[in-house]
Amino acid sequence: MALKLHNITKRFGSFTAVDELNLEIPEKQIFGFLGANGAGKTTTFRMILGLIDASEGDITWNDAAINYDKSHLIGYLPEERGLYPKLTVKDQLVYLGRLRGMNKQAILQELDKWLERFNVTEYRTKKIEELSKGNQQKIQFISAVIHKPQLLILDEPFSGLDPLNVELLKKAVIDMKNEGTSIVFSSHRMEHVEELCEHLCIMHKGSPVVHGSLKEVKRSFGKKNVVVHADFDVTYLKELPGVVKYKVVTGGCELQIENEQVAATIFDSLSGKGFVRTFDLEEPTLNDIFIEKVGASYE
Amino acid sequence: MLLMNKFMIIVGHTYTNRLKSKAFMITTLITLLFVMAFANLETIIGLFSGEDEEERVAVVEEGANLFEHLQGQLEPYESEVKVEKFEGTEQEAKDAVTDGDYVGVLSVSLAEDNIPQGTYYTEQISEYKVSSLLEQALQQLKVTVASQSAQVEQATINEIMSPVAFEKVSLKEDAKTEEELSQTRGLVYIMLFLLYFGVLMYGSMISTEVATEKSSRVMEILISSVSPVKQMFGKIFGIALLGLTQFGLIVLVGYIAVQQNKEFLDSTSISSYLGFSNIEISTLIYAIVFFLLGYMLYATIAAVLGSLVSRTEDAQQVMTPMILLIVVAFFLAMTGLSNPEATYVTVTSFIPLFTPMLMFLRVGMLEVPMWEVAISLVILVATIVALGIIGGRIYRGGVLLYGRSSSFKDIKKALQLTKKE
Repeated sequence: MALKLHNITKRFGSFTAVDELNLEIPEKQIFGFLGANGAGKTTTFRMILGLIDASEGDITWNDAAINYDKSHLIGYLPEERGLYPKLTVKDQLVYLGRLRGMNKQAILQELDKWLERFNVTEYRTKKIEELSKGNQQKIQFISAVIHKPQLLILDEPFSGLDPLNVELLKKAVIDMKNEGTSIVFSSHRMEHVEELCEHLCIMHKGSPVVHGSLKEVKRSFGKKNVVVHADFDVTYLKELPGVVKYKVVTGGCELQIENEQVAATIFDSLSGKGFVRTFDLEEPTLNDIFIEKVGASYE
Repeated sequence: MLLMNKFMIIVGHTYTNRLKSKAFMITTLITLLFVMAFANLETIIGLFSGEDEEERVAVVEEGANLFEHLQGQLEPYESEVKVEKFEGTEQEAKDAVTDGDYVGVLSVSLAEDNIPQGTYYTEQISEYKVSSLLEQALQQLKVTVASQSAQVEQATINEIMSPVAFEKVSLKEDAKTEEELSQTRGLVYIMLFLLYFGVLMYGSMISTEVATEKSSRVMEILISSVSPVKQMFGKIFGIALLGLTQFGLIVLVGYIAVQQNKEFLDSTSISSYLGFSNIEISTLIYAIVFFLLGYMLYATIAAVLGSLVSRTEDAQQVMTPMILLIVVAFFLAMTGLSNPEATYVTVTSFIPLFTPMLMFLRVGMLEVPMWEVAISLVILVATIVALGIIGGRIYRGGVLLYGRSSSFKDIKKALQLTKKE
């Protein structure tokens, strides 16, 4: 079971977009696919969907290749959004839904449910071009999920949405997962990935630099963060051995440290100096990991 | 089963979406009005000319006494021009023209040898019909007068004036007779026009359709649901159905209109000129076959070209080479109409891009050996299949290709996208 990418390489002429990618994306979970622009995320998605062929390697889903016979089991939200500008929301989704193997009646039923859920029932008979960008995106999302796919691929699903709508869509994604859909999604926004994903992969120039479950990834990163808020001057902390990064914040500082032992040293050095309001040892954020893993090779 | 279904969904969507569009309804309506107007041409002309509208011409004679003869000559054309003897001077007659009583004044006099001559005064100097009728009548009169003075019998004159008997007979046994030829010529003519306009109109419809889906970026969702090749042919068939609907309507309305005006059309030469009365069934079948194949060929090219552009505005531009090809084929066929046995017609009728027009021209106008037709059909069908396969691949890559340029280099890029390397 699950979606397996085995030794996937994709070359466009002399340019290698994806380089020997091995991934196993578990069933009924949300898998985060991270990477800077041009890291090969969209290309990978297109290969999974069979829109383009991999130069090498193979992709299987439930031990079989994905082809158009299975398109009713798969949902896709492309990064470049687009619907028929001149068609109404209803006509649009009826057409796209039928192409995913649904019948008209079922589509209309599902459509009403989703429109209600996204608070956009009044747009049912409006043309797409009359809708705001955010609302178009909701319709686009509906088009990707209306047929209750087993595998859902979301390319940057939350970009360009206001925080309220991001929450609305996030909730929908989580509900889809709970109903048994396997979801792969890409994002630049680390906090979304952190919030939603059990497993993730950070792509850099076509290869995965980090890969695994969120907990593992954080644990194996080693470095941790320490937040100190104190009534006295704490700038001396940046000179301590094992402190990698130092950042002044109101009422104290945030430190990135080599490992957990350093935290103990810091704690000891702080004691007796005065009143410490906060001392917090935190797991590294995905943002830290991303910047380190991807940013390092930019330099 | 499921796959066939999706194909039909695309065909249906393309068809109904276009059918419901305002642009389609308006163009169809205008065409239908035009067809009805054409069938009722005589009634419409009659509306404008009215009954008392025959042109009155005043005739002033100076020393001649030819009015009776002139009137006699013009009698067959009574509905168009009517001469009246004007009692008065030439100046008075001209004044009457200025007042609007007459359309012009014909002043007839006798030159030496009693030969009649005339001057026609009118305000409508660009008007052609009346003056030429008058000139003809006077010419006849001159011949009569001149031959009478040379004492030639009227019977002899009639014999001199009557047209010579001339007939063209082919020495080839199965060639078409001149009569058959002129009948099929009309049909071929119409068919060439239909093919020309059909391919231009529906071809650009297809390429715009594809380009619109690309520019609105809905394409990526579509190709994740249905294979691009299926989409391409779905569009081609959808638009074909649309074309058949449009042509069907036109033929139906045209037929009804013609039936209602049967008397008029039978009495004039139009129907026999167009060759409706006596068409061979085989010619009709060829017309349909070549039309459909021609459509398939150019529609496939149009769809592929449409898949290469990123913006709808560029769709027309990328179509230009194809349109030029159709224009060339059309002109070859039009010039070939008067000389269907020319070598260039024979040669080009085997080039697949020209076959639909030129081979049809040949089978319509000549007795072409069956094997020649078969060869051209095989080449044409093979080309369509090859184009379908290659075009499908270009289409598949092209729809994922976005860029500012829309050059033909993109064909290479598009093909590269579908390759593994």
